[in-house]
Amino acid sequence: MPLRRWLEQSTQLPGAPGLRYLKVTFDSWHECAQDFAARGGRLVALWAEATQPVTVYAMLIAEPTVLLVALELRGPHSTYASLAELFPAAGRMQRAAADLCGVRARDFDQRPWLRHAAWPEGYLPLGSPEVPASPPAAGPDQYAFVRVAGEGVHEIPVGPVHAGIIEPGHFRFSVVGEKVLKLEARLGYVHKGIEQRFTGLRADEGHRLAARVSGDSAVAYSWAYCQAYEAIAGETIPARAAWLRALALECERVANHLGDLGALGNDAGFAFGLAQFSRLKEQWLRATAAALGQRYLLDYVVPGGVADSTANEAIATLATCAADVGDEAGNLRAIYDEHAGVRDRFAGAGTVTAELAARLGLCGLAGRASGQAHDLRVDLPSSPYDELTPRMASSEDGDVMARVVVRFDELQESLRLIGAIAHRIPAGASRSVFPAPTAVGMGIGLIEGWRGPVMIALATSAGGAIRRCHPHDPSWQNWPVLEHAIIGNIVPDFPLINKSFNLSYSGHDL
Amino acid sequence: MLKTIATICRTGIVTETAPPADETLRLQDVLQKKILDILGRALCIRHVDAGSCNGCELEIHALGNPVYNIEGLGIRFVASPRHADLLLVTGPVSRHMETALRRTHEATPDPKLVVAIGDCGCTGGIFGENYASAGRVSNVIPVDVAVPGCPPSPVRILAGILTAISSPRPNR
Repeated sequence: MPLRRWLEQSTQLPGAPGLRYLKVTFDSWHECAQDFAARGGRLVALWAEATQPVTVYAMLIAEPTVLLVALELRGPHSTYASLAELFPAAGRMQRAAADLCGVRARDFDQRPWLRHAAWPEGYLPLGSPEVPASPPAAGPDQYAFVRVAGEGVHEIPVGPVHAGIIEPGHFRFSVVGEKVLKLEARLGYVHKGIEQRFTGLRADEGHRLAARVSGDSAVAYSWAYCQAYEAIAGETIPARAAWLRALALECERVANHLGDLGALGNDAGFAFGLAQFSRLKEQWLRATAAALGQRYLLDYVVPGGVADSTANEAIATLATCAADVGDEAGNLRAIYDEHAGVRDRFAGAGTVTAELAARLGLCGLAGRASGQAHDLRVDLPSSPYDELTPRMASSEDGDVMARVVVRFDELQESLRLIGAIAHRIPAGASRSVFPAPTAVGMGIGLIEGWRGPVMIALATSAGGAIRRCHPHDPSWQNWPVLEHAIIGNIVPDFPLINKSFNLSYSGHDL
Repeated sequence: MLKTIATICRTGIVTETAPPADETLRLQDVLQKKILDILGRALCIRHVDAGSCNGCELEIHALGNPVYNIEGLGIRFVASPRHADLLLVTGPVSRHMETALRRTHEATPDPKLVVAIGDCGCTGGIFGENYASAGRVSNVIPVDVAVPGCPPSPVRILAGILTAISSPRPNR
């Protein structure tokens, strides 16, 4: 087992289950990643820290191990070996690290990624604590899209402002007739300096900002943040608090899946689906607010536990609503299944084969719909998932239909988990209070959000301030795969295919 | 098909009464009563996410569900600013979206209204102003009505929209 030699040298890291840490040399950086890739391992995240010592981090996963690899660089402008050949998703992460921290991977693609025209190349937002808040003005915004040439090929630029209630991003389609030859996305429009903002906060208040990295995944992010924070503080939370966090995480999954299933029906021309699922979602959000205090749980998970001492009766009422929603969703699934028009649009659209998904590192919900059967709740369960034993949903088909089916399955499973939580939740405190850590520390949070694995890497400095906080959204892995999913499909199917992935712009652009 | 019709019948009409306008949300008066009388409530909205975390978008989406049924009030979301009477803007304005927001505003025909949604749209929120964020929406384009909340509930967003298109109180 080639991974053993790396794990033997590594040390345990506090935070999410299965975490190991290894400081590597320039040579072993690439070698270690290669060994993970050869064993079917995946890249979870890649980021850099520009304060001394300048370091680039890669988090690799091969169940049951998660290895955080750290490579110290000689200075802010030194280079390191690119991991993009092993893990294609690394390419954009490396470009983002160059935009924010100045460290560059030795890769053919040196275009800026998150940096458009808001700040010039020499300005490093995460460069040092002395970085001026307002950078000098940059030149005009220009980006070298990859051009497709040939007879009859033309480009369709879309965005950043889209024709719906949706986040901004730019899509450049190269098409012949209606058929898409190539799609290239350009993101970064909602980059609002979150990582720099973190460094101005105390560690015990960062969870609020974490929850707002991507509002639809607020519980996943705030839980991941608190997991990292509590690891640094060396504290464990009360059992009931962990169960309530899981309840909140499943509520978030249910709300998002209900919304997506309706929107997907609508994009297939079946307005009935949108009307019914959006009604169910509203019912669900109101039940969530009645039980947990908020429709969207942006401020529910806090350091030490949860903000609201949710009573058992309230959870029982929520579980009753969950059973109703489950029945209704089952009825709607039968209607989707029997609707020839919906089936025709879903089946075979935006296919990502299992082989391609594995090569590109497609993760989370979309990954599971393309045969990549990984779910942190199952593979590396933290409390209470080790006791709840969730069942993983997956499909080998990889088309829009598969992503719909996985959502239907996960919806029912989350509703079942909510029932189980209501039945088995332990009594006790829902929050423990402990002093904020004042020492230098590092912790990792890793939570399976509704979209996929959400990671927070938190480093604190002496005195309890945040030295560096890097949030990672599964959309980093999945946006590039969307560009493959659309190849050979027609332009009018793009909204449907895009929706079936439903990736985060804000979580990616930071 | 029978199942679909049965589900529609069983669901019935779930739409609730819309909230009244809320004068406390108004920042400035632009439209004359006369124009508002012509416009009535047949309003077209263009939504612009200028840098939000997508939380506000979730609640704006909810306006279209059968419970709030915004289209039942004669208000609809349109795909182009050229068709819009009102811009519904979320987020702190990221500097990367500043130009797009200004151009969207310019492309919207006069008389136009702007409603800023959420704590970030109102004040810059938790993100504030920095190298990448220009802060609140009114730092970039004039705002008529601002609706705080993180995210504001659909009822509050609807109250904000209805405030923008209702005549200001004469003694305000």
